Amino acid sequence: MANFGDHLRELGALDRLASMDSAIHRLDPRAKVLVTLFYILLVASFGRYEVSGLLPFALFPVIQGTLGEVPWGLVGKRVLMVLPFALVLGILNPFLDHSTVLIGSWSLSAGWLSFVSILLRFALCVGASVILIATTSMDGVCMALERLGLPRVFTIQIALLYRYVFVLLEETLRITRAREMRANGRPLVLAEYGSLAGSLFLRTWERARRVHIAMLSRGFEGEFHGARPPVFRLKDGVYLLGWGAVLILLRLVNLPHLLESLLKGVAS
Amino acid sequence: MSHHLLEAIQLCHRYADGTEALRGLDFCIHHGESVALVGANGAGKSTLLQHLNGTLLPTSGAVKVGEVTVCKETLRDIRRTVGMVFQDPDDQLFMSTVFEDVAFGPRNLGLPAADVALRVQQALARVEIGHLAHKPPFRLSGGEKRRAAIATVLSMSPDVLVLDEPSAGLDPRSRRQLIGLLKEFRHTKLIATHDLDLVLDLCDRTLVMHQGKLMADGPTREIFADAALLEACHLEKPFSMQGCPVCGRT
Repeated sequence: MANFGDHLRELGALDRLASMDSAIHRLDPRAKVLVTLFYILLVASFGRYEVSGLLPFALFPVIQGTLGEVPWGLVGKRVLMVLPFALVLGILNPFLDHSTVLIGSWSLSAGWLSFVSILLRFALCVGASVILIATTSMDGVCMALERLGLPRVFTIQIALLYRYVFVLLEETLRITRAREMRANGRPLVLAEYGSLAGSLFLRTWERARRVHIAMLSRGFEGEFHGARPPVFRLKDGVYLLGWGAVLILLRLVNLPHLLESLLKGVAS
Repeated sequence: MSHHLLEAIQLCHRYADGTEALRGLDFCIHHGESVALVGANGAGKSTLLQHLNGTLLPTSGAVKVGEVTVCKETLRDIRRTVGMVFQDPDDQLFMSTVFEDVAFGPRNLGLPAADVALRVQQALARVEIGHLAHKPPFRLSGGEKRRAAIATVLSMSPDVLVLDEPSAGLDPRSRRQLIGLLKEFRHTKLIATHDLDLVLDLCDRTLVMHQGKLMADGPTREIFADAALLEACHLEKPFSMQGCPVCGRT
């Protein structure tokens, strides 16, 4: 169970990072959210067998993470945590897709290639998202989404969910620990799982009621009055347009291929 | 008109399942008084507290804050006047940073941003946690959370402070610091607690509840000296009024 507690602490690590100060942290959240969304869109837009064209896209998270002083171990761990989902999505490709693709003089199994492509996309997108949150904070991301037109009811849901995920996880930790103490090593059976989940739900429900009372007690009348959003400055515009241009360029020009043909040209 | 008065008149509350939680309470707390509300578990303390800012409304009888009766129409005014500090700070701190949390109330009052910032700063300074303003609440220790919860209420500039178990879950030092802090507040205070030693330190007057009724209302020391009353209400004398465990002397 120590593992569970560790995960809890790690979740909080992102918030600690988000409260730091760096060139990336100081940018307007809207600019960062837009660039990251655009990045994800472009990465997703590649053909299913594309690998080489995706590689230069690592540039964005690498630069963003380095300037934002995000520890790579943390990003790596997050990516590894999500990778099983990508594995599940892509694992059948090598078995179902038996065609071959020629790359230069090599012939490769298309199934394996698309599998690698899926993993790479996942890693790039999750990495970029983790770095976004680590340099912007969940709050900043929510505020940006709201300013960009997402209805407030959604952004508040996300913000409250994020706030209470810790409380909920702690509650889960306590319940499962209490069970383990008396389980004498017996694994969790389905019937027990039901009552654990049930009592967790009831506790959560109670908590939600108390939080709502707390909000009402401080004059909440159904509308959140957030802090004033930061001003969108010139450097935010430059950041947005700059990355936009670079990303479009990377999407249009396959850099590894270009390098290869350049090298070939030089060699011949 | 003083908002600092807190009055219950024949206050009754019956829950939807038929439980009679409050059975005709009468009391009046005056300007600047610091009053304790004690009673065993299930005596009706929490139900009473929820009536004081209109979270629950009476089945019969009334609660008055100053000259204003608590009812649906007056809730907005009542909630600004009566600041409620919850037992579990995690229920009270729901925003992503301490600053945002303390600013929540003043923003709901519709104050301009500069005033909100000033109020937050003053409230945090009052409870001596200005340096924690930008921390997320779940990163705070128990004592810090309690202070932050109090700050969220102070920023609304309430006239009456209602505290539910303020010392629960605090280590002895944090508890002592909290008592020192509450002592300095000039608000009218009602403190529901099981910590009778805290009551001795903070409150000159005590209300004793048992099974939804008010069993006693009087000077704290007199009430705590009444062994028969305490016994009947499932309470015990505060430690500082009990005899020495070694020699038995008081």
